[in-house]
Amino acid sequence: MKQTILVCCDTGCLANGARAVADALEREVSAAGADCQVQRTVKKTGCHGFCEEGPLVRIQPDDIAYYHVKETDAPDIVRGLIQGAPVQRLLYKDKTGASHPPRAAHPFYNKQKKIALRNVGEIDPHSLEDYLARGGYEALKKALSMTPDEILTEMETSGLRGRGGAGFPTGRKWRSAAGYDVFPKYVVCNGDEGDPGAFMDRSILEGDPHSVLEGMAICALAIGAKEGYLYIRDEYDMAVHAVGNAIRQAEEAGFLGENMLGSGKPFKLRVVRGGGAFVCGESTALMASVEGRVGEPRAKYIRSVQRGLWDHPTVLNNVETWANVPVIITGGGAAFAKLGTKSSAGTKVFSLVGKVKNTGLVEVPMGCTLRELIFDIGGGVANGRPFKAVQTGGPSGGCIPESMLDLSVDFDTLTKYGAMMGSGGMIVMDDTSCMVEVARYYVNFLSEESCGKCTPCREGLRQMLHLLTDICEGRGQEGDVELLERLGHTLQDSSLCALGKSAPNPVLTTIRYFRDEYDAHIREHRCPAGVCRKLTSFRIDAGKCVGCSACVRACPTGAIAGALKQPHEIDQSKCIVCGSCRTACKFGAVTVAGGTKQ
Amino acid sequence: MHTPEEIQAVIDRYPCSQQYALAAMQDMQRQFGYLPREGLEALSKHLTCPFSQLYSMATFYKAFSLKPKGKHVIKLCDGTACHIRGGSVLLEGVERELGIRPGETTPDGLFTLQLVNCLGSCAIAPVILIDGTFYGRMTLEKLPGVLDSYREEAAAE
Repeated sequence: MKQTILVCCDTGCLANGARAVADALEREVSAAGADCQVQRTVKKTGCHGFCEEGPLVRIQPDDIAYYHVKETDAPDIVRGLIQGAPVQRLLYKDKTGASHPPRAAHPFYNKQKKIALRNVGEIDPHSLEDYLARGGYEALKKALSMTPDEILTEMETSGLRGRGGAGFPTGRKWRSAAGYDVFPKYVVCNGDEGDPGAFMDRSILEGDPHSVLEGMAICALAIGAKEGYLYIRDEYDMAVHAVGNAIRQAEEAGFLGENMLGSGKPFKLRVVRGGGAFVCGESTALMASVEGRVGEPRAKYIRSVQRGLWDHPTVLNNVETWANVPVIITGGGAAFAKLGTKSSAGTKVFSLVGKVKNTGLVEVPMGCTLRELIFDIGGGVANGRPFKAVQTGGPSGGCIPESMLDLSVDFDTLTKYGAMMGSGGMIVMDDTSCMVEVARYYVNFLSEESCGKCTPCREGLRQMLHLLTDICEGRGQEGDVELLERLGHTLQDSSLCALGKSAPNPVLTTIRYFRDEYDAHIREHRCPAGVCRKLTSFRIDAGKCVGCSACVRACPTGAIAGALKQPHEIDQSKCIVCGSCRTACKFGAVTVAGGTKQ
Repeated sequence: MHTPEEIQAVIDRYPCSQQYALAAMQDMQRQFGYLPREGLEALSKHLTCPFSQLYSMATFYKAFSLKPKGKHVIKLCDGTACHIRGGSVLLEGVERELGIRPGETTPDGLFTLQLVNCLGSCAIAPVILIDGTFYGRMTLEKLPGVLDSYREEAAAE
């Protein structure tokens, strides 16, 4: 079997220069000629997951993984292939300095279990042949030989729950939509991934678009739909492109289109590019947007499985949910249900970002603990700083402190503690993140994204933002925290849609677990993390400063002075409290004190 | 700028149905850099949908702008990962360098500054995106050099 070179060409690696690496490798392979038993074309794949160490190159079938590859490494890599000796300097090295060529040996990868991401990074997303070679559209063939009821039963047995955040049982949703005799029915894919710090859906759409289309086609068979829509963020240019291309290929090959695999059943798909509104991730708002209207949600006393798109029965699922469907049909619902926990079957994809060492995209079985995710797979906090909190579930989620890191990650556990698993963003924070400011950040985001239709969300968020801004800027007063809590509960009880209902979560969880930080801001006029400008000043600890002048170079306003190898000093009148010196200092000599500029 | 023919060409891509309003508006935004009033008027006739409805969409969705943008659009990511890795400090740096706030365009028409929610490139946070080019792991130190490269290019033209 010929060896194949896979180069990650997803957004993160492309930004690091992956395209040039792929081109250089292709040139080298061509130049090596007959000596080289390597497939001529270098595969430009979707995300390999380990964005931190990109650009990433992988050699199959030997599973050799190279990290931080540069254009200039191409000749060595191809020579290594010819001679059968991996390039040592590009391999992963463990703590003892020993290098491990197989990717599976890396702690970032060895605890993962890939189902939704099974093909992402393994195939060229623009190649239908690649998808077929890995069992693509086999599930659709099987589904065509099953009755709708058999498909629905398989889905129910699997225990799959919606991966977009709410965790509604997928099989039950499909069963309800199948029960209404109103036609046409619609199948919708929610690819409006708006959570900041989340890129799971983008990676699937970019890296394995056919798996999503196949999942949607299976649902269409089960409920009797002939049309479907994929609503994808317009910012995800590559994803829109990859999906559009996949639809064309699948229609030409007869998997989708007028006559699915000769069965006489049609299924047509169309891509709708999102307009850039966070609220459109809410199902009813998304449907309004697909219809060509302003994306405002509606009250859901009649659910969208009964009256959804154009008031017709509609099944809407998230990208990751759709990508799981073919696996369930091929392998059976019972096999899928064995993975994960009793109430949350299967795996979940997370984007592990923030102050974590191994930033990237990971997929683990449900029930894995936060500690395993952040410390074993994620490698702990970057730059050796102490862990403070992990924010799960995006703007609707909560901040979880270190004492709760052994919680199991599944739909029900996190919700019980005021956070939520959400769609899978996981943002790690260290001691330089201020929890009050983080709460303010999310509320600011949500108050801008609130559609304004219902009063609690529109006005409540605005008032919460006022209070939080006051606290961050040193105008906080006794009673503000209690007022924030009351407002938060009002929003939870009375907002129209999930955006408003979950909006107070970041505030309520930071109050619950980090109350001391709120109190420090309000009572002592200081920001312990050194983030809130008006409540912070930086000092240089003369005992720790070695006078390397790294801070002098980092300072944008020239506020730091001092002779080389002598302790430096910060001129407080010039300092803008940006924290560049603290980031630059390798000796921890820059310390945080209370504010001087009221 | 745009001619009536160019506007018509965009509109003609879509059948006469409200569901294509968003797509046609996105095409206009992409081609002209904003939504010209004439474009929305022509689209409203084509789709037989009230102008006010298109206007409400134009102001609701973030992708749209009713004013022309600068030559280079700077998208500064304020997603959570960028935010906690110093995105807000970077924003102040860009504001200082260019003398504009998010949503504004420099008087010379060279730069428009936009604050965006997440570009999905959290591994290289903080990120700015100028036109199609990503600048990852940005710092206040690197910023002037990046902006100068665009200024020099414009001066050379």
